[in-house]
Amino acid sequence: MLLISCPWCGQRDESEFTCGGEAHIQRPPDPDALSDPEWADYLFMRTNPKGRHRERWCHTHGCGRWFNVERHTLTHDIISVYRMGEGPADDGDGDPS
Amino acid sequence: MTRYSIFSLARNALAHRPNWARAWRSPDPRPAYDVVIVGGGGHGLATAYYLAKEHGVSNIAVLEKGWLGGGNTGRNTTVIRSNYLWDESAHLYEKALQLYEGLSQELNFNIMLSQRGVLNLVHNEHDLKEMSRRVRAIRLNGIDSEMLDRQAVKAEIPVINISPQVRYPILGASIQRRGGVARHDAVAWGFARAADARGVDIVQNCEVTGIDVANGRVRGLQTSRGAIAAKQVGLVAAGHSSVLAAMAGLRLPIDSHPLQALVSEPIKPVLDTVVMSNTVHVYLSQSDKGELVIGAGIDGYNSYAQRGSFQIIESQMGALLELFPSFSRLRMLRQWGGIVDVCPDASPIVGKTPVEGLYLNCGWGTGGFKATPGSGWAFAHTIAQDRPHALNAPFTLERFGTGALIDEHGAAAVAH
Repeated sequence: MLLISCPWCGQRDESEFTCGGEAHIQRPPDPDALSDPEWADYLFMRTNPKGRHRERWCHTHGCGRWFNVERHTLTHDIISVYRMGEGPADDGDGDPS
Repeated sequence: MTRYSIFSLARNALAHRPNWARAWRSPDPRPAYDVVIVGGGGHGLATAYYLAKEHGVSNIAVLEKGWLGGGNTGRNTTVIRSNYLWDESAHLYEKALQLYEGLSQELNFNIMLSQRGVLNLVHNEHDLKEMSRRVRAIRLNGIDSEMLDRQAVKAEIPVINISPQVRYPILGASIQRRGGVARHDAVAWGFARAADARGVDIVQNCEVTGIDVANGRVRGLQTSRGAIAAKQVGLVAAGHSSVLAAMAGLRLPIDSHPLQALVSEPIKPVLDTVVMSNTVHVYLSQSDKGELVIGAGIDGYNSYAQRGSFQIIESQMGALLELFPSFSRLRMLRQWGGIVDVCPDASPIVGKTPVEGLYLNCGWGTGGFKATPGSGWAFAHTIAQDRPHALNAPFTLERFGTGALIDEHGAAAVAH
């Protein structure tokens, strides 16, 4: 079971939250300009990594707000929690995103 | 291969020292094969078996990073049924069920198929109308299915609570009498033994670490036991499909989630069928050892850890006691998780990829075990002929671009 730190409410049990899947998927600025495979990539394709994963969570049974979590999908360790519109804290892996 | 029969059983039972041969060899991988199947679960082993038997391909290897059937094949709740709403799914799962019905004889290995019936409970008026429609759609596809009213459910399952004084009263059920359970390990072992007898090399403890692609065509694999050249490669890796596909530069519409199950302490026979409920969300059967085998839905987050969170099995127990209050003092014996590969439309991907010679069989999500022989049969055809069989032709990767989804969310007989 995960213990998740909501940026507004602090540390709460996982059962209060809903996982919204992969984070930082940008809606294409001009959908009409995309081919069907490009649109499918936006809509359906996911990185689904074995390792660090940036995902959206919602504090459904709390403040009701969305935020981002960086979590390891093999150890379930939560690496960082950050608000919508922000990037994760520099984790020293050399990857700026 | 020693043929298993009453005579070989008697001979070895009476012998001072039983002389059973190993069920399959454990060869070192050769440097090159015509076809390499990645993933030694039921689907991968079935693919290798049907490639050798139906298509005469002789130079095949199955690579497994752990042990045979140690992934989802050995972690599911062993339910088999073919009561799917959409035609595409119905045809594929029904092919699998028909193959299951002859599989013990075909493989000379007792898979302990028990066609004890599968009930899908109905808890409200909407369910009732939807289930009636589904039962008729299933029958139009020539698959057995019927409706039971409340009293008939009670007659089938005397221990169930049909009181109207509960949150989700039972109004009826659909039943597929040809559905049931089989021993999941035996399915993997039976296919492994039969494939090995036809010359397939089954290599365990061999993890694929890279896929060699040149000029848009697959050339071979990098593995923990060295490089292996291959003309054709089939990826049948369930929860790890995205990881493998990324090695060939492909992105999949798949998220990997934990799916948990648990068994109770063994008790005397109390349940001789399989019960599923979408609305309260639990499904269970009783094993031959007497344990209740209980499953439900996936954990909500992505994971590769083969374990999940406690509140998922807690709600599963709540649902169980809603249906069977008399189980409240049963103790649970053990619990485990598997990693399931969930597609957006809850239907599998079985077919070709943009890389020549690379084929994909994944996305079975929470319901792959019941499809095992059908999946292997259709996938073997796809690899041998380099084009899909009519049974798996709709289950392409391209359907996510064309929009021809096979939306089994809600249409399947169980929630995902």
